[in-house]
Amino acid sequence: MDKLKAGFHQSFIEGDRWLMYVKGIGVTLEVAAVALLLGIVLGVLVAVVRTLHDQQRQGVHNPVLGLVNQIAKIYTTVIRGTPLMVQLLIMYFVIFSNTRNAVGVAMLTFGINSGAYVAEIIRGGIMSVDKGQMEAARSLGLSYTPAMRFVVIPQAIKNILPALGNELIALLKDTSLVTVIGVRDLTKAAQLIQGKTYQALFPFVGIAIVYLLLVMLIAALIGIVERRLAASDRR
Amino acid sequence: MIDVKDLHKSFDNNEVLRGITEHIYPGEKVVVIGPSGSGKSTFLRCLNMLETPTSGEITFKGVSMTDPATDINKMRQRMGMVFQHFNLFNNLNILDNMTLAPIQLKLRTKKEAEEEAMELLGRVNLQDKAQAYPSQLSGGQKQRIAIVRSLAMHPEVMLFDEPTSALDPEMVGEVLDVMRRLADDGMTMVLVTHEMGFAREVGSRILFMDEGKITEQGTPRELFGNPRNPRTQDFLSKVL
Repeated sequence: MDKLKAGFHQSFIEGDRWLMYVKGIGVTLEVAAVALLLGIVLGVLVAVVRTLHDQQRQGVHNPVLGLVNQIAKIYTTVIRGTPLMVQLLIMYFVIFSNTRNAVGVAMLTFGINSGAYVAEIIRGGIMSVDKGQMEAARSLGLSYTPAMRFVVIPQAIKNILPALGNELIALLKDTSLVTVIGVRDLTKAAQLIQGKTYQALFPFVGIAIVYLLLVMLIAALIGIVERRLAASDRR
Repeated sequence: MIDVKDLHKSFDNNEVLRGITEHIYPGEKVVVIGPSGSGKSTFLRCLNMLETPTSGEITFKGVSMTDPATDINKMRQRMGMVFQHFNLFNNLNILDNMTLAPIQLKLRTKKEAEEEAMELLGRVNLQDKAQAYPSQLSGGQKQRIAIVRSLAMHPEVMLFDEPTSALDPEMVGEVLDVMRRLADDGMTMVLVTHEMGFAREVGSRILFMDEGKITEQGTPRELFGNPRNPRTQDFLSKVL
């Protein structure tokens, strides 16, 4: 019992070590938030390109759109086909080998990675809206853009949101990988403290609980938004 | 009013329409019948270019629909369409369903569009549903609203793509009633249907389609009473 007490004291209190965890949480959240925003921007762009391309009238072929669509396809294939940790190592040690701004590289890498998944989520959400909705809007004389804006996209968002929430949760947990390029996130804080104090139980179980709480908080927030959006399918 | 010249349509290697030449005159109620897979719906959907024809020409009141330079959205405003699966906008309530296009296309102010929508809803006895969402309505109610949603655009012709096929039998009557009144008001109508009784009663001309062609046509009395083509005879003997 005394041993446990000492372990707890060493892991969290001695030398104000709890501050390291708090700072780590800050970095973890920062990387996740910026990466998510970047991921959504990239994802929307890629999804728009791919949807526009697939919805061209039969026989019509726009060469620029075709090229951009190919690039978007390669992007999603490469990103989804290689491990995130390897992407992180390549970005930091090969592409941005001149910079020491590991946090910036981490944000960028996670954003680019997330974008590929978000693009597929959004594309799937748009495709899951019944074709008849677009046809009905077009048959009334609305052109493509307002039909998308007022009819298809509002319905797609409802389908997208749960999957986007999962993506955010996965992203938050995956940020623990940034330790490999030396970013001092929550996981790194635990590793450093373990190295110094030889205490493993409290730091690692401790951060596991922190991650869990963060994820539960995000899940609860998503739940609230989903319930709001469900208002239009009252039965 | 609508002129169709040598219309062909293929999906990949499957030729669905094999040369249709036809004219629809103002005020006509043209009913298209035929076995499933004969191309009836594709023919109808080509009329407002929801399907792009592979070849051939369609002209609506002198304007080519098939010409890529034509503003197809402008043309579609003048042609109403009613679908088998209603296709009410699920994210909008009934009033917004009916006013979205007139307001967005700046044909009417919000107030005008809403007043007209309420008046149209009154015609199908659904004024109390203005604030409801599509998911709260029965199939028959949805289809009646889909019809008046099209009417809110003041179309010159109405296209009906099997409007009663997805309905419970007890709701077919209420939808046909609305269509019958529309026909009596002089609306030009092109209707794809399996409701032979209705076709006979309301149709001014019946087209029988088989394997992508119109193989026989005539007044309801001619076509139902004395079909000449063996394929038509066979089909009618099965459905009547």
